[in-house]
Amino acid sequence: METVWFMIVALMLTVYVVLDGFDIGSGIVHYFVGKTQDERKLIIKAIGPVWDGNEVWLIASGGVLYFAFPVLYASSFSGFYLPLMMVLWLLILRAVGIELRHHIDNPMWHTACDFVFSFASILLAIFFGAALGNVIRGVPLNAEGYFFEPLWTDFTVSANPGILDWYTVIAGVVALVALTIHGANYIALKTEGEMNTRARKIAGIAWFALVAMTIISFIATVSVRPQVLDNYKSNIIGFVFPLLVLSGLAGMMFYRKNGNDKFSFLSSAVYLIGMLGGAAFALYPTVLPASTDPNYSLTIYNSSAHSYGLKVGLVWWTIGISLAVFYFAFLFRTFKGKVSLEAGDGY
Amino acid sequence: MNDALTIDRLQFAFTITYHYLFPQLTMGLAPLIVIFKALAIWKKDERYNHAARFWAKVFGISFLFGVVTGIPMEFQFGTNWAKFSRFAGSVIGQTLAMEGMFAFFLESAFLGLFLFGERRLGQRLHFLSAFLVFLGSWLSAYFIIATNAWMQHPIGYAVAADGSVYLTSFSALLFNPWAIVQYMHNMGGALVTGSFAVAALGAFYVLSKKQIDYGKMFLKTGIIAACIASIWMIFPSGDMQGQMVAKHQPVTLAAMEGLFKTEQSASLVLIGQPNIQEQKLDNPIKIPGMLSFLTHKRWNAEVKGLDAFPKDQHPDNIALLYYSYHIMVGLGTIFIAIMVLSAFLLWRGKLAKTNWLLWIVMLSFPLPFIANTAGWMTAEIGRQPWLVYGLMRTSEGISPTVSAGNGLFTLIGFMGMYTVLSLLFILLMWREIEHGPAFLSKQKSNDHHGTTPSDELKPADAN
Repeated sequence: METVWFMIVALMLTVYVVLDGFDIGSGIVHYFVGKTQDERKLIIKAIGPVWDGNEVWLIASGGVLYFAFPVLYASSFSGFYLPLMMVLWLLILRAVGIELRHHIDNPMWHTACDFVFSFASILLAIFFGAALGNVIRGVPLNAEGYFFEPLWTDFTVSANPGILDWYTVIAGVVALVALTIHGANYIALKTEGEMNTRARKIAGIAWFALVAMTIISFIATVSVRPQVLDNYKSNIIGFVFPLLVLSGLAGMMFYRKNGNDKFSFLSSAVYLIGMLGGAAFALYPTVLPASTDPNYSLTIYNSSAHSYGLKVGLVWWTIGISLAVFYFAFLFRTFKGKVSLEAGDGY
Repeated sequence: MNDALTIDRLQFAFTITYHYLFPQLTMGLAPLIVIFKALAIWKKDERYNHAARFWAKVFGISFLFGVVTGIPMEFQFGTNWAKFSRFAGSVIGQTLAMEGMFAFFLESAFLGLFLFGERRLGQRLHFLSAFLVFLGSWLSAYFIIATNAWMQHPIGYAVAADGSVYLTSFSALLFNPWAIVQYMHNMGGALVTGSFAVAALGAFYVLSKKQIDYGKMFLKTGIIAACIASIWMIFPSGDMQGQMVAKHQPVTLAAMEGLFKTEQSASLVLIGQPNIQEQKLDNPIKIPGMLSFLTHKRWNAEVKGLDAFPKDQHPDNIALLYYSYHIMVGLGTIFIAIMVLSAFLLWRGKLAKTNWLLWIVMLSFPLPFIANTAGWMTAEIGRQPWLVYGLMRTSEGISPTVSAGNGLFTLIGFMGMYTVLSLLFILLMWREIEHGPAFLSKQKSNDHHGTTPSDELKPADAN
């Protein structure tokens, strides 16, 4: 039962990254694709009706994590206190940048909103990457299962690490590059003409950086935490994830060359699924490794809720997720197609 | 002031108080928007559609502020209240996760459709999305209130070997009698806020002689809804909530009412200042026997005072609890007076000409926010010194590793961030009010929402 919930949480977080990842990515490439205020308005319009729903996947994942693994939630949220609070502030700023831009017709207001949106998106990508880096590297859990990480110590991977060290910074950069491509692919899909060309070009250039960063992060991960290979050695099924990563990378290049925006976008989604799924597979059944004493590590077994609650939860979760999939299919269907300045619909 | 417990409590109190200003407005407006939308389709009157779109814009801005200030609440369960989460997460995680799965997905997906999809969806589906946004926001409230109700009146749980609690009855958690009563009372409160806002804006338009048609429409809808909701707040929902507190938290009731000594035929205090040192009430004005009647439906019944309970069970801020409760009840009574009178004049067709009352209706729009806040303060300060009533003290629930210094850093950060948000909110609301529904009706018929390219060519305040 714990394993099922581990998979559910991993799945929901992956969906969050794939969906909100293109909103964040759109923010990262905001200035590179949108050269004029009208073009930047189009970028906002491309994510406008969907970004809030996408962000809800984070909130819902948080709720499900709290429900299924309360001990993990308590430890990790208090231990990652400062970066999480900063993520909250960035989420607030991003929302303001996106949602309030069109309420006031004033070029200065638009300039301010554009900057806030893009700035918050870039930092969010790095923060989320670094967060995953922290979980893979391990945190200084004590015997009671709590820890507190300062933002940085000496940037080395030690028993007393900070949120940022050389490894987690690499993870942050991987996330930044990956979401840059994902966002550029989304904007390419939603726009025409020059913006489309620019978005395609950015995705094409960033692809080389992504290949390099993927290799670097793999080597770094294995050197920081060799145990990540254990699950792969014992269970061949895990290789589906590295395979997804590779096919995602290949797909991005292949479909970009063919000018197929839809499949390019799907390829970057596949890449993200492969990376996150691979990380989850490598960690299992640990959910938060201890850098202090391996016995202090939190696993799905010592951090989960009681079994009755988990069983009941499975019933309503199945109903809830089916409804959510239906809503989102309807939402994306309604707003499918290219965006243009002419059509109404706000933004 | 420098200990982590105080900072954690202050941060939660500040962020939740600020957050709840927005949901009470959106939850109150949502059913009214559905009504406007329904009237537009039923009466085939485009003016109701403009009204619906106008309030949808107000709703959309408030909803955004509610969402961004709401995420910190979920996070703080883990960041600042880690021991509480570890203790109670197996139980309240259920309702919190269900809120995300059933309410947030629903309202966020359909809000996008409702705000930006009218042209693509057509009128009937647009009405449906308005309804689903309403449903989502009201469902969301139920799950949160069920969570809070479990903290007020924990049932359906057992204690595990490690001292934490776990769920034994899902239905007990979900259908906690406290939750049902609190929900009825709370949603009435939200409707008071929403309907007062609609009525107040109507009064503003009529008094300022701008968009008088819409002013009258808002007055009518707002006052009818506010009249019903205000009465509902005292009876039956307020009375039921009082019974619930009397039954399960008698010490809280004593502190709320300022009843220091146990009394036969206890009187109801209208005004007076709690004197904690001497355990008495200064300058009281009372109605004899009334408290006994309200609590036990008998004039001479005994009501237990604070002296009947050990000191370590008393709420830790009796004076603030007493004032919060009295402000809520006092304002609630004033609401009934204003709205019953307004409804009467509306029925006689004289309201739009009774300027002094329109002024009162217009200026009263902040009062429901205060009353709702005071009500929640009564519930939460009344629960002290417990975090989970009778099971876990507030002092035992905080994160062991988050220092006061780090807590203060983020508290100050939130204060700064929310100051900026407040300024933006006021600015945006003022613009919407200035534009009003008439502005929307001037736009091209296929461009129902938001800024359109054609507006950008006009100066910002074209009207």
